[in-house]
Amino acid sequence: MQNFTPYSAFIGGMLIGLSATLMLWINGRITGISGIVGGILFPVKGDSLWRVVFVAGLLGGGLIYVLLSNKPLPFEPQATPLVMILAGLLVGWGTRMGSGCTSGHGICGIARISRRSFAATLVFMLTAIVTVWLTGLIVG
Amino acid sequence: MVNPAKVIGFLDLLGNWDPSLALVMIGGLSITIPLFHFVLKLDHPLLDNRFYLPTRQDLDFNLIGGAVIFGAGWGIAGLCPGPAVTALVTLNSSVILFVAAMLAGMLLHKFITE
Repeated sequence: MQNFTPYSAFIGGMLIGLSATLMLWINGRITGISGIVGGILFPVKGDSLWRVVFVAGLLGGGLIYVLLSNKPLPFEPQATPLVMILAGLLVGWGTRMGSGCTSGHGICGIARISRRSFAATLVFMLTAIVTVWLTGLIVG
Repeated sequence: MVNPAKVIGFLDLLGNWDPSLALVMIGGLSITIPLFHFVLKLDHPLLDNRFYLPTRQDLDFNLIGGAVIFGAGWGIAGLCPGPAVTALVTLNSSVILFVAAMLAGMLLHKFITE
């Protein structure tokens, strides 16, 4: 096991769970980031403000973390810029097609005991694991 | 999980395995599983008169196919939508390209399939 950071990971996860719970309790909505962002890209009248505020929060949270920790946000790219573009296209297409991502299906959908989310989460997890393995074979 | 190295470290089961992402999910679910149960018993959320919840229960080609495509992209970059947006504050060109491409992918899906 390398670089295992159990405490920050667990606490970070709990904060995400808290965020999703507050969103559901206060706004009655699922915190699926792909859906929230998608709703900004394809705006419906009257339905945009909460989405923009949430995205501002995602960015603000990052900034606050940097300010409080006095360190830059660690970011180690795992692919070349061209491949990052390919990956982004796949994530954008796939999350729309599959109606969700790790937050929507993985955290919220599972909590709702949604069989669609259980299935989607299993499939994207397995696919991602296989993808990393294949990338390792190709790139070495 | 803003750092894709942490995500790839988790997905790399056979390599130098970093279980951290599993704890992120467990941490998240430890809150949402019990609390969603109670929140969903309410008639309506605090600031609205209804919940906005998905209702479908069927597994179809789009769900599974979409999960495969998303999983592939996630496995390549180690980024999914949420952390990617937050990581924009680093102003790293890789993130900016990823998020721009992600938006493009969403647009492509909508215009090609609808």
